[in-house]
Amino acid sequence: MGQKTLGPVRRSFAPWLDPQAKPLIRFENVTKRFGDFVAVDDLSIDIYEREFFALLGPSGCGKTTLLRMLAGFETPTEGRILLDGKDVSRVPPYRRPVNMMFQSYALFPHMSVEANIAFGLKQDGMPKADIAARVEEMLKLVKLEQFAKRRPHQLSGGQRQRVALARSLAKRPRVLLLDEPLGALDKKLREATQFELTDLQQELGMTFVIVTHDQEEAMTVADRIAVMDHGKMVQVATPSEIYEQPASRYVADFIGDINMIEGRIEASGEGRTRFRSEALGLTADVLDATPIGVGETSWLAIRPEKVSVSHEPPADTSVNAVEGEVWDIGYLGDVSIYHVRLAGGKTIKATRANVTRLIERPITWDDKVWLSWSPDAALVLAA
Amino acid sequence: MRKGPSWFNVVSITLGFVFLYLPILLLVVYSFNESRLVTVWAGFSTKWYGEMLRNQALMDAAWVTVRVALLSASVATVLGTLGAVTLTRFGRFPGRTMFSGMIYAPLVMPDVILGLSLLLMFVAVGLDRGFWTVVLAHTTFTMCYVAVVVQSRLVAFDRDLEEAAMDLGCPPMKTFFLITLPIILPAVVAGWMLAFTLSLDDLVIASFATGPGATTLPMKIYSQVRLGVTPEINAVSTVLIVIVTIGVIIASVTTKRQEVARQKAERMAAAAP
Repeated sequence: MGQKTLGPVRRSFAPWLDPQAKPLIRFENVTKRFGDFVAVDDLSIDIYEREFFALLGPSGCGKTTLLRMLAGFETPTEGRILLDGKDVSRVPPYRRPVNMMFQSYALFPHMSVEANIAFGLKQDGMPKADIAARVEEMLKLVKLEQFAKRRPHQLSGGQRQRVALARSLAKRPRVLLLDEPLGALDKKLREATQFELTDLQQELGMTFVIVTHDQEEAMTVADRIAVMDHGKMVQVATPSEIYEQPASRYVADFIGDINMIEGRIEASGEGRTRFRSEALGLTADVLDATPIGVGETSWLAIRPEKVSVSHEPPADTSVNAVEGEVWDIGYLGDVSIYHVRLAGGKTIKATRANVTRLIERPITWDDKVWLSWSPDAALVLAA
Repeated sequence: MRKGPSWFNVVSITLGFVFLYLPILLLVVYSFNESRLVTVWAGFSTKWYGEMLRNQALMDAAWVTVRVALLSASVATVLGTLGAVTLTRFGRFPGRTMFSGMIYAPLVMPDVILGLSLLLMFVAVGLDRGFWTVVLAHTTFTMCYVAVVVQSRLVAFDRDLEEAAMDLGCPPMKTFFLITLPIILPAVVAGWMLAFTLSLDDLVIASFATGPGATTLPMKIYSQVRLGVTPEINAVSTVLIVIVTIGVIIASVTTKRQEVARQKAERMAAAAP
């Protein structure tokens, strides 16, 4: 679709970096309590026009509550929610220019596909001819023209999902909220639909806020991801920043796979940090200034795909290296994961892409190997 | 393992059905009896059906019964549905547990006590007993049955549907009529039919609540039987049985058809890409 031409525009899209930019949605110190349980804890966030924003976290982290407050199904216990600069905290859902796509799709079973899509337009008192035109446009958008007269139970899961999407888009809301929209689809269909969603969002130029517990989904669709934990926002950043520069061990661990080695800062300065783990007899240089003081406990974090495995120690001495023994190999088809046990008993994971079709791998069980990574591959985390 | 029913199954099912239907069958057979004596067979005749239609008192009682049943079932359905919605929807409010417990009470309360308490209240308020007090009494006790039937449907109701409607700009009251009610309608109709039949065959509560000029069919039949059973009563009862049977058959056939059609549509949808 239009994604290719929009690509360069997309790359420069970063209103959150512009201090002049006005947010479309603003959560101001929002707290939501259910009895003693704090679902959302003093949370503030700005979401900008045309942004695809993902709320990511494990179940019970408060992401759905946040979305439901934006839709108007819950009112904040404390704080304010601003939409276009106006306080909407206490505006009921049926008066908000915000629409939601439900995880269960919530299609009205007693209405045809057409009537489902037209429902919201009818509530606005739109003239009949305009409703018909809009419904047709929406059906075309989700490629369901020939299913207009069907009832929801006569559709497959993927088709229902598209009807739900069309219905929530029909009113052209200021913000579209998506609550685990692809959770009920199988893996292949889900991946295809993720790309369709981003294409659609760019085509329509609308603001999307998605709730998901699937980190791959968040990384695929979103401009920015907010990682949540226990009602707090842990980190808000672009997918690559979240992956490459996680702010804490929680984020690093939640997004993707990562090796975490406990140790101390031996020296730091001039944008470099020297990390030392006595237990593993490992010293590593990290190309990253850290606010953590010398001698303090910290963790070296490194992603498995950034660790190389070889029989020989690396020739380049500026590269960090440590010796170990292959403990286990997980063959996943596209990559293999090597579990390498170091002298101190700690296991480090390293992935290698299987670039040839040879079944016999050069590195195998019980081999003595060297793990190595360049100083810009790892980072040091405090907590 | 042997296929098919064992002799034990055959005997128990036969005994069960004989136990259930033999008295009804006898009643139907004797309604076509020529003889005036209920227990002596004297040849086939439909004359008692003619007699029945000419018996003005019996026809009046039937008409009162139908009117009471229609009115009380309709009012009870509205009240019972509202009660069920309140108890399942409005979250926690003080006394919710008490109210949901209390809605079941008339289901297990003896009819005599219910009838007596209604009578006492009508007397205390100074209401003239007659047609309207019977309607009131029947509304009171059938309402609970409606509430229970509708409540069981509402518990399984997907609340996302209501939220989706509100999200699309539909205020709560309108959402109830456009979304909730059409979806729970089968339960509401079932509740109405239950209330209608309960009112139709109630004797005890009606006897307490009624006054001069408002005799229901069960009361009429009961008082006549005390003077001696006539084949006329058999004829009336047979008509009642036929009406109820037809109603039950229509209801079950339509629900079965809907179910089959829905399953077929779902299979087709699942097979489609």
